[in-house]
Amino acid sequence: MIELNNISKSFGNTHALKNVSMHLKAGKCFGLIGPNACGKTTIIKSILNMVVPSAGNILFDGKSIKGDVSYKNHIGYMPQIGRYPENMSIKQVIDMIRDIRAYQGIEDKELYDAFGIDQFGDKKMRTLSGGTTQKVSATLALLFNPPVLILDEPTAGLDPISSELLRYKIIKERENGKLILITSHLLSELDDLLTDIIFMQEAEVLFNKSVGTLFEETGEERISKAVSKLLKIKRA
Amino acid sequence: MPFSVLKISLLFLLLVTMTQMAICRIIHVGPGKAFKNIRPALLEAKDYDTVYVYHSFYKEGNIVINKKIVMIGVDQPVIDGDKKYEVVSIKSDDVVFKGFQVQNSGFASLNDPGGIKVYDANDVVIENNLLENNFFGIYIQYGKNCIIRNNRVKAYGIEEQQIGNGIHCWKSDSLQIIGNHIQGHRDGIYFEFVTHSIIWCNISKYNIRYGLHFMFSNDDAYINNYFEANGAGVAVMYTKNVIMYGNTFKNSKGDASYGILLKEISDAEIRGNRFINNTSALFLEGANRMLIHKNVFSGNGWGLKIQANCMDNVITENNFAGNTFDISTNGSLVLNTFNDNYWDKYEGYDLDKNGIGDLPFHPLSLYSVIIENNPIAMLLYRSFMVTLLERTEKLIPSITPENFRDDRPVLKPYDL
Amino acid sequence: MKGITKFVIADILKNRIILFYALILGVFSWSIFSLEDNTSKGIMSLLNIILLTVPLVSIIFSNIYMYNSAEFIELLVSQPVKRSAIWTSLFIGLAVALNVSFLVGIGIPVLLFVPFMTGMTVIITGMMITTIFVSIAMLCSILMRDKARGIGLSIMLWLFLSLIYDGLVLFFMFQYADYPIEKPMAIFSALNPIDLARIQVLLQVDVAALMGYTGAIFKKMFGTMTGYLVSLILMLLWIVIPFLISIKLFNKKDL
Repeated sequence: MIELNNISKSFGNTHALKNVSMHLKAGKCFGLIGPNACGKTTIIKSILNMVVPSAGNILFDGKSIKGDVSYKNHIGYMPQIGRYPENMSIKQVIDMIRDIRAYQGIEDKELYDAFGIDQFGDKKMRTLSGGTTQKVSATLALLFNPPVLILDEPTAGLDPISSELLRYKIIKERENGKLILITSHLLSELDDLLTDIIFMQEAEVLFNKSVGTLFEETGEERISKAVSKLLKIKRA
Repeated sequence: MPFSVLKISLLFLLLVTMTQMAICRIIHVGPGKAFKNIRPALLEAKDYDTVYVYHSFYKEGNIVINKKIVMIGVDQPVIDGDKKYEVVSIKSDDVVFKGFQVQNSGFASLNDPGGIKVYDANDVVIENNLLENNFFGIYIQYGKNCIIRNNRVKAYGIEEQQIGNGIHCWKSDSLQIIGNHIQGHRDGIYFEFVTHSIIWCNISKYNIRYGLHFMFSNDDAYINNYFEANGAGVAVMYTKNVIMYGNTFKNSKGDASYGILLKEISDAEIRGNRFINNTSALFLEGANRMLIHKNVFSGNGWGLKIQANCMDNVITENNFAGNTFDISTNGSLVLNTFNDNYWDKYEGYDLDKNGIGDLPFHPLSLYSVIIENNPIAMLLYRSFMVTLLERTEKLIPSITPENFRDDRPVLKPYDL
Repeated sequence: MKGITKFVIADILKNRIILFYALILGVFSWSIFSLEDNTSKGIMSLLNIILLTVPLVSIIFSNIYMYNSAEFIELLVSQPVKRSAIWTSLFIGLAVALNVSFLVGIGIPVLLFVPFMTGMTVIITGMMITTIFVSIAMLCSILMRDKARGIGLSIMLWLFLSLIYDGLVLFFMFQYADYPIEKPMAIFSALNPIDLARIQVLLQVDVAALMGYTGAIFKKMFGTMTGYLVSLILMLLWIVIPFLISIKLFNKKDL
């Protein structure tokens, strides 16, 4: 569904991405993991064309995303830190996005209701706590029933109950055959969610494996342990 | 017998009067009158006759009046010069010519044909005439004690070379030009070598060159005239002892256009005049010993342009308000006195409440000096930079002459 | 794009600074016109505001607004909206909001007190100036990632166009006073939008000093129909060119 071919990106002298390629298929949930500043967010932003790669091309459904914006109608994006116009209320933000996306189908209000957005919908964005902002971001990502979900550190800042609600929703959407791309550095949260793991280090993809293969290779049953074991093997 | 003496005297008086009546006749000219045309009537007329001309259209070439007669137009008869002839030539003393419409004189630059031209004559009165479309309107040469009163002189000149002056006076003395209305000529009123004369209550507008042009004419006065929108305003040149009271100079706009241009003038008094919305209100070049007081300078580009070759002039008790530049000059020498004027640009204070500012006023702004040296700098008029420069100069004068100042600027405008 | 523009306009018009700006302009122009019985003089006083305050407020406000909209822009870029549409919406939003303030503050009193043709010239040049400085501000905001530097650049540009440029003009005038420099100088001035606006308004006002020699050049160059059209085109270029450059840079910007 999404294909990255030899993507490179540098900011000044620092390389954020070096020749990164990956193929993300529908019905799977990819976990993009790795240490800080390894290029996870840059990959996500490249897919959304928020960062323009210096080299390589990105295909969405087989078509290059260059010069096109309509593919974003099929992506729900939840940023790491949701930054919204401070003077707008939650409802205004949602209305505006709704206006932009002009989505014709039935809206997926599951998270909207679960998080109780309606109750504080008139609050201005600048008055919201980090957690509430994340709830808004998650709601927005899922509201228009997009076939692709890109979630950048989705559970960071959320309270345990909301976090659990979101996890549950992600699993459900995966079962619905959607493509999900998640970054996180809390590997423990990712159990049960992921079908595949992409590990990045120093702007490069270190490995890209399905969870099943990973468990097989390492003999572990939890993602965090499996990954650290694999890394030890690789270093050795 | 005193009684009979009185009787005889009365009888004599009666006799004398009757003889007189017999001598000066009244001649009527017009449709259904004794004379159909003016020229035969004039042939017939003798000195001291009165000729009444009734309303009609008379086209008789050049009409020459060479007898001491009174000619009166009844209901404004029209005398037409057919664009070939001088219409009326007055070549005798003591002629009165009034109530006519004189039109379409010949147009030629060689012999200066006029609507009404006076040749070497004294005591001529030209009154209540309407002069339309003549080369010169009223032309007086070698006239003395002539009165030109309440005439309307109108022409439709387009170019300076193709039209003469409205009222043109040359080598004359003791003239009275009163209450005339002149428009569309080259110069409205033109004086050359005319002395001891008065120009009073005339209106001179929309003339191609000067509203009033004044050269080598000493000891004259012009009072309460109104000059508006003449090509180059009013020019007074090479003249002594002129009095200019209560005139209005308005809307003289253009590069070489002045309310009054004074050139080589001395001992004149300019008082109580109003200069409104002219490019340059009063331009002085080689002007000496002038008294300029109680005038109003309002809304002009330059109030007073005083060249460095002017000296001993006194400029006092004038109102300067709403001018772009109150004063400009082309040198740094100051030989004139500015005192007791009102300047709307004055920003000083009056702590002792005597109506006079405690700080002197420098009427010469830096920008006006810049413009004088470099006229193109007008391009920056009203720009922030110029405002800033002027402010700085006010605080620390460095370029404008320090002694160019009014030591006693009044705070309230005079009631003029 | 329509939706975003509406949001932006609504957002800016709610801004207190914009309301205050309109109010101040209104207070200024009403007091000028009610104290001054001569409308020409009134316009001259107003000209100072149009040439100094309006560009300054327009450029600084737009610049700050652009930096404050970073989140908004980021949010929109992640959505299916063309970048050029986002940028254009912001531009239209800023231009409309600032022009509305200008019209409310200065336009209404000018239309009430000043003869129609003169008034329209004042209003059109004022609106042009406003829009030009919005465009320049957007360019500054894309050139400088850092807010402080961006605002610094804006102020520098404002200072350059409203003060330093004229200083250069004057310098050249004196430097080349012996040559026939009228035309080159007039063209040089016309390249600065603030000078161009000033000259256009001055031509409408009855200033006796401008009837002189230089005034004739003014009239010949700027006062004819061609002159008006060229002035209008130059001002439009001042809007379009910075905007197009900024949109080009924005299309390549990493968020």
